[in-house]
Amino acid sequence: MQKLVLLGDEAIAQGAIDGGISGFYAYPGTPSTEVMEYAQRSKEAQQKGIKNTWSANEKTAMESALGMSYAGKRAMVQMKHVGLNVAADAFVNASITGVNGGLIVVSADDPSMHSSQNEQDSRFYGDFAMIPMLEPSNQQEAYDMAHVGFELSEKFNVPVLLRITTRLAHSRSGVKRMEQLEQLKGSLPKDPRQFVLLPAIARKNYKKLLNIQPALMEASENSTYNKYLDGNDKTIGIIACGIAYNYLMENFPNGCPYPIIKLSQYPIPKSYVERLYNDCDEILVLEDGYPIVEEKLRGFLNTGKTVNGRLNGKLPRDGELNPNLVAKSLGINIIEGNNSPEMVMGRPPSLCAGCGHRDMYNALNEAIKPYGEGRVFADIGCYTLGALAPFNAINSCVDMGASITMAIGAADAGLVPAVAVIGDSTFTHSGMTGLLDAVIRNSPITVIISDNSTTGMTGGQDSHALGRIPEICKGLGVDPEHIKIINPLKKYHEENTKIIADELAHHGVSVVIPQRECIQTAARRKRAARKN
Amino acid sequence: MKTDIILAGVGGQGILTIAACIGLAAVEKNLHLKQAEVHGMSQRGGDVQSHLRISDQEIFSDLIPKGHADIILSVEPMEALRYLPFLSKTGYVITNTVPFNNIPNYPDLDDLNKQIEALPNKIAINADKIAKDIGSSRSSNIVMLGAASSFLKIKIEDLENALHQMFDRKGEEIVNMNIKALHAGKDAAAELMK
Ligand SMILES: Cc1ncc(C[n+]2csc(CCOP(=O)(O)OP(=O)(O)O)c2C)c(N)n1
Ligand code: SF4
Repeated sequence: MQKLVLLGDEAIAQGAIDGGISGFYAYPGTPSTEVMEYAQRSKEAQQKGIKNTWSANEKTAMESALGMSYAGKRAMVQMKHVGLNVAADAFVNASITGVNGGLIVVSADDPSMHSSQNEQDSRFYGDFAMIPMLEPSNQQEAYDMAHVGFELSEKFNVPVLLRITTRLAHSRSGVKRMEQLEQLKGSLPKDPRQFVLLPAIARKNYKKLLNIQPALMEASENSTYNKYLDGNDKTIGIIACGIAYNYLMENFPNGCPYPIIKLSQYPIPKSYVERLYNDCDEILVLEDGYPIVEEKLRGFLNTGKTVNGRLNGKLPRDGELNPNLVAKSLGINIIEGNNSPEMVMGRPPSLCAGCGHRDMYNALNEAIKPYGEGRVFADIGCYTLGALAPFNAINSCVDMGASITMAIGAADAGLVPAVAVIGDSTFTHSGMTGLLDAVIRNSPITVIISDNSTTGMTGGQDSHALGRIPEICKGLGVDPEHIKIINPLKKYHEENTKIIADELAHHGVSVVIPQRECIQTAARRKRAARKN
Repeated sequence: MKTDIILAGVGGQGILTIAACIGLAAVEKNLHLKQAEVHGMSQRGGDVQSHLRISDQEIFSDLIPKGHADIILSVEPMEALRYLPFLSKTGYVITNTVPFNNIPNYPDLDDLNKQIEALPNKIAINADKIAKDIGSSRSSNIVMLGAASSFLKIKIEDLENALHQMFDRKGEEIVNMNIKALHAGKDAAAELMK
C-alpha cells in the first residue's frame, strides 16, 4: 500500500481516519496541534464527514468525545500534557463510565519544556485511571496504534491513552497505511445507566474496572508492540519505553548485545520484567519523561538488584533523552563535535515586529507607572513574551486562565489595582469563569483581553472568542461603562494609555479590549484568499 | 549510505522548506527518512533547527547524535556555529554569510566571519545577494539548498522534481525562480570548491 511521509501527530490523525473515527476533538497545544490540523486538511476526512472542529478547551473536547463514544461512534481527543490537567475530571471519570464507541485520548508530553510550563508525564494519568496506554516508538507505530486503539478501547470498554512526546510528534517519517475501516453506525449503550455515575452505579462500574485489570495485563503480555529481545550479554537488561528504544538502537547499528524489553503498551507486562530481572545482573530503564517505570521497579526500599536510570544519576533526572545520553548511560564513548564558540548568543523568541501586543504593553507600562511594579498577572500565549525585554511587563504566567483569578486573590490581599492580561483564545478557554468570580466579588481589577482574533502562539487556529468578547463580558455582568475597546497602534498610544489609566483608577471590575488581528494570521488569511 | 544534516536558522527563514524539498527527493528514491522539526514557541524569531536523516537502511533515532552530522546547512552564520557539537570531524558547514540580527548582543561581524573562516570544512556564501542577483530575493533558502546539493548524494534533477511538487500549484514562474536559485547556489559552492 502507498507510503506517506508524516509527522508523528499526522500519523495519528491518518491512523484514526483509517481506523473508522467519526470525530476529532481538541484544543490546540504544542506538541499535539498537528493532529487536528491534519484532520482539518484531510480531503478524506471531509468526504467521510468526520467532525474536526476545535473545542473551547481540553475539558469540553474530552466530554464531547465521550458523548460521541456514548452514541456508539469512534472518537479521539487530542491535547498537550497540561491540557490533560484541564480535562482530568472528565478523563478520570470516563474510565469509570467506560465507553460505547472506541475512545482514544492523545496526550503529547513535552520533556525539556520546548514550549511548555512543565514536563509532567501523562503516563501517571493513565496509571491513575487504570486504563491501557500506548506509547509509540516511531511514526508507523503511532499510525498503527491510532488505528487499532479503537478496537482495544471497545474490547475492554475503557478509553485508551495514547502518549507521545515532542520528538515523535514533530518528526517526519514514512508510514504505510492499513485497511480503511468504515465508521460505526452508532448505537446506544446496552446498559442505559452505564454513564450515570450515581454512587451506586459508580461503585459497580469501578468494580468492573478493577476486575478487568488482569485482562489488561494479559493484553500487554500479548501485545505486538511489546517485545522481549534477548541478548547474550546479561550484565545489563534494558527496558526501553516508547521513543527511547530508538535512542538505544541508534547506538547499536549491528544489534544490541544486552537483553531488551521494548515497551510500548501498558500496564507494564510483568512476565517480561520478571524474565529480564532474573536473567540480568542489573537493569537500566530508558524512558522519556518521569522515571515511572524505574520507580516501580525499584520499589520504595530499593532493596533488589541495581536499577539504573534517572533516579541514580545514570541519566539526568530531568529533560529529554537523546542518543548521546543513552550512550553515556551504557558507558559508550561517542566523539562529539567541537563546542560552539562563546560568541554564539541565545536567541530567545520574541513578539513579531508590528504585533498588537507590543502596543498594548507600551500603553499598559506607561499607565501603570504611578502604582508601582509587580501587579500584572498574565496568562499563556504570545503575549507571555511581554515578560522579556524591552517590556518586562508581566509578573506571572502559570496556567491558562490564571491571570484573572490570581489578580482577584492579589487584590483581596490589598494589591490594588491588580491587572490581568489574557489573550482572546485563553479567555474563552478558561478566563470567563474567573471574570464571573470577579464580577460577583466586585474585585478592583482591570482585565486586559488582548484580542488578536486568533490563537497565535500555536500557529493561528480559529479563536472561539472571535467577535464575541464584549458581549460575553456584558453577559457575565461587567458594567458596560467599563468595557473599553481600543486599537493597539502606535498612533493611538496616548489615547490608549489614558483609557487604561482611567480604568485602573476605577474601583471595580473593568475590561479593556485591545483589538487588532495578529499580523501572521492576517497574512495567512490573505494568502488563502488569493489562492481561492 | 547515510547522510545526517542539521538545518539551522531563525524562525521564519524557511529551513522547513529546505527540509521538505530534500525529504521529498529522498522518499521518491525510496530512501529511509527521518526529519525532526521545531514547532511552537521558538518559531517566533527564536533559533530553530531540523535534524534530517537519510539512509538506504533503517534509521532509528529522530535526533542526530552529537558528533555525527555530515553537514550543518545554515541560512544564518551565527546559527551555523550553534550546532558545531553535532558536526563530525569530517563534516562540512555550509552557511549563508548574511546575519539575521534580532538580538541586542549579536557578535561582531568580523569576529563571526573569522570563526567561520577558521573551520576546516566550510562553504560560506552570500545567499541573499545571489538570490537578489537572479531576481528572486525571497529564494535565499533555496540558494543554500543548491550550495549543499553536491554533498547530499541526491541528484540535482531529483531536487528539481521535488521543487516542482512543492511549488507547481503556485505557478510556473515561482517554480522556475526556485530552480534558478537552486542552480545559482550550486554554482557558487562549486566556485569555492575549485
Ligand atoms: C491547558 C493548556 N492548553 C493549551 C496550551 C497551549 N497554548 C499556549 S498559548 C495558547 C494560545 C493562546 O492564544 P491567545 O490567548 O489567543 O493568545 P495569542 O497567542 O494569540 O496571543 C495555547 C493554545 C497550554 N499552555 N495550556
Ligand atoms: S504570531 Fe501574531 S500574536 Fe504572536 S507575536 Fe506574532 S503577530 Fe503577535
